Amino acid sequence: MKFYISIILTALLSFAFGMYMPWWSIALAAFIIAVVIPQTPGKSFITGFIALFLLWGILAFYIDVQNEHILSQRVAELIIKSKSSFVMILLTALIGALVGGFAALSGSYLRKTGK
Amino acid sequence: MRIVPFLISAVVTAGLVYALNKKLGPAPPLGKFLSPQHGFWQNADPSDMDYNADLKLNGLKDDAEVYIDDRLVPHVFVKNETDAYFVQGYLHAKFRLWQMEFQTHAAAGRISEILGENPKVLNFDREQRRLGMVYAAEKSLQVVEADPDSKTINDAYTAGVNAWIDELKESELPLEYKLLDYEPEHWTNLKTALFLKYMSKDLAGSENDFEYTNAKSIFSAEDFEKLYPLAADSLDPIIPKGTPFTDTAVALKIPATADSLYFAKKDTVKIKETKPDPDNGSNNWAVSGKKTRSGYPILCNDPHLALNLPSLWFEMQLSTPTYNAYGATFPGAPAVIIGFNDSCSFGFTNSGRDVRDYYEITFRDSTRMEYKFNNEWKKTNWRVETIKVKGKPDYIDSVAYIPEFGPVMYDRSFTDNNRTDSKHYYACRWKAHDPSNEIEIFIGLDRAKNYTDYAEAIKNLHTPGQNCVFACKNGDIALWCQGEFPAKWKDQGKFVMPGTDSSYLWQSMIPQYQNPHQHNPARNFVSSANQVPVDITNYPYYLGGSYPLYRGISINRRLSAMDSGTVTVDEMKKLQTDNYNVFAEYTRPLLLKYIDATNLNDEERKYLDQLRNWNLRNDINETGPTIFNLWYDTLQVKTYGDELNKTSLPLHWPEASTLSEALAKDPSYKFIDNINTPQKETATDIITAAFKAAVPVMKDAEANNKLTWAAFKDTHVSHLTKQMAFSREHLPIGGGNHIINATKADHGPSWRMIVEMTPETNAWGVYPGGQNGNPGSKYYDMFIDKWAEGEYYPLWLMKTSEKNDNRVKWVMKLSKG
Repeated sequence: MKFYISIILTALLSFAFGMYMPWWSIALAAFIIAVVIPQTPGKSFITGFIALFLLWGILAFYIDVQNEHILSQRVAELIIKSKSSFVMILLTALIGALVGGFAALSGSYLRKTGK
Repeated sequence: MRIVPFLISAVVTAGLVYALNKKLGPAPPLGKFLSPQHGFWQNADPSDMDYNADLKLNGLKDDAEVYIDDRLVPHVFVKNETDAYFVQGYLHAKFRLWQMEFQTHAAAGRISEILGENPKVLNFDREQRRLGMVYAAEKSLQVVEADPDSKTINDAYTAGVNAWIDELKESELPLEYKLLDYEPEHWTNLKTALFLKYMSKDLAGSENDFEYTNAKSIFSAEDFEKLYPLAADSLDPIIPKGTPFTDTAVALKIPATADSLYFAKKDTVKIKETKPDPDNGSNNWAVSGKKTRSGYPILCNDPHLALNLPSLWFEMQLSTPTYNAYGATFPGAPAVIIGFNDSCSFGFTNSGRDVRDYYEITFRDSTRMEYKFNNEWKKTNWRVETIKVKGKPDYIDSVAYIPEFGPVMYDRSFTDNNRTDSKHYYACRWKAHDPSNEIEIFIGLDRAKNYTDYAEAIKNLHTPGQNCVFACKNGDIALWCQGEFPAKWKDQGKFVMPGTDSSYLWQSMIPQYQNPHQHNPARNFVSSANQVPVDITNYPYYLGGSYPLYRGISINRRLSAMDSGTVTVDEMKKLQTDNYNVFAEYTRPLLLKYIDATNLNDEERKYLDQLRNWNLRNDINETGPTIFNLWYDTLQVKTYGDELNKTSLPLHWPEASTLSEALAKDPSYKFIDNINTPQKETATDIITAAFKAAVPVMKDAEANNKLTWAAFKDTHVSHLTKQMAFSREHLPIGGGNHIINATKADHGPSWRMIVEMTPETNAWGVYPGGQNGNPGSKYYDMFIDKWAEGEYYPLWLMKTSEKNDNRVKWVMKLSKG
């Protein structure tokens, strides 16, 4: 249960931070949730990873559908030399997930250090 | 020790964030760029994007309304004229901010500031600075700021642009800023001046002084004339032949030393200049009501420029209490540039006159502190150019300025691109350095009600010189070859001139009223296509410059053949997009006449037959144009290559018309002979050899499905950064060089406009781009396919009473803040 709540809270807090702060505020969000909700470091990492993977993936997917894939295809051609919107969304989700995962891991370790 | 894993993971996280927040090589900062709430996803506009808005803007004097139609063309309604320029600045920035800044950074030689260390980019920046682009813009700005009307207009425009910049959030930055990882700065009136200088360089920043100087040293005067003839036999000038010049020309004094120190001087220049596209040009014409079916004049214009995305042009309507104008505007400058109002329409083609000359300067010593002038040593002025380089220390370039001429553009410090020439110093005298206030011509035309207003407005145009076409609802048509042009003695400034003597200076300007012009001529049309403006035997001033021949011939022939009372807008559309090749009409018979067809194999004969049967139209699926071009290009190389490639000095390649005209006159044209062989080649030898040499290229093209014209020519519209991902490639469109539809690979009609001056204006237009400069918008390249097909959109000069018309898709209500 903690696991799912962490994922949801991390995603929500990241989204809220993103409205007012730079992109790296997702690290802050994942970190805070991992400090507040105790989990093993491994689980925290997965929590942060999944939360940001889902948040960034879903946001990108939603925007992409609204945009009829115009820009994702152009940027994909520029960055990965293929016109794949899917790969752009996946890449976006993975980058967010990596940052989220490591930030949550740090939060979890900090909590343990404090004990 | 629990702290160790924390420290490790914290460092990894921080390192990851740091790396993803930083630009790595050409890649954007990935975290920042991919963040769906900050990065490029925010530029992916929903296809049903809502442009409605209700905004308070600081700087507006009164409330204003913007009605945006289904093509994203804003129709601006304001209560005072000044507000129109404010709103225009705001909208230009809203849709085109990145390009506005990039183009003015380019004009100012500030690209290193964006792209970082790169020798080519630095060289470009230095060239802009050393040509005096910023110097010229600053001088222009002084005139603008001294004129109350211009100052109000420019201030309002600048305030409008900044109103948009000030409310920009990080997520709303145009995509290119995110890719290149930088941020916009505030707009200034200087940037508007820089934009106009950017156009001046594109249109009036080309001559062949260095190349001609070399040719003069290598070839005899007679051969020089054969390579670079001043006049062409088939010329049909803008002002018809036989029109007398009745004014008294300004008396010009040829320098006493001209023969020895100028014409006979055998000096050479190693400098290889970067030049604007030689085909920067345009078509324009106006047909009088006597020729049209409606009885009212029709005006047409299509400026040929580099085909870029975002487009140079942005369509809009400005409706003010003083005027109501519609047309193509320049993001980066106020006013409608090519368009029409409730009374008149106006358009431009480039004059191509030579308004830039080089003078060789003699400095006292290598410090360049003093220069020799009229047998005295005089003090040099200096301008220190600080070029910022992203992530590196500034690059300082000290440029010597000679008060009599201008910047010493080329010296021992400016050595890249084969420019090294440690012994010589060349100062540049460029008309665009003289103070002038070009924006007033467009403001004047937007406000114009009749011929008198037009004739007064165009007097503000000094550089770049333009052939200004005009038509009015009262029936007037006119064309002025306008600009402030130096009055030159014959061949003045064709070669590098001595810079030690006041007798070589430009002595005066041609009086404005002596510029060639026509007002309601007997032939019932006026036209220009960058050809020589006048019969040069009839005009007392030396023109200089290079001028294309054939589009003018095509247009005049077609317009002359149209009977009175028959011309319609549809016919004008056909003419503006016409692919007939008059150059091939003149040249193909010569090629076919001289080729020795008996010695051809079956394959060669096949291509020759295709050329023979070609209908002379550069249409998409014709193979004739490809065969013709490959053959003629090879022939030119075979004709001139032996002479011109003997030296490593830069030389000007003769114009395409030169060889064709020479062959028509005399098949024993001197350059036909290959000087590297003992025997004397004839026209038959060389034309046959050229054909045989070109056939393998044709074969290769055919094997790759590229023998048909559109595939071979391969027209594309490129993003300003040349990123193909943001460009449109392989467009199915015909036309080409020498053709009215002047579409080449990356250059061509950048705005096509046809305006019938009926009581209810009937206007049509299209440009190869789209209103929104954002590559993430469906409006980014919306017009390109229609443009390629040669189709037009109706241009809607909206009336106040049409605010509820169903063409209005969105409304922006702007109120003063």
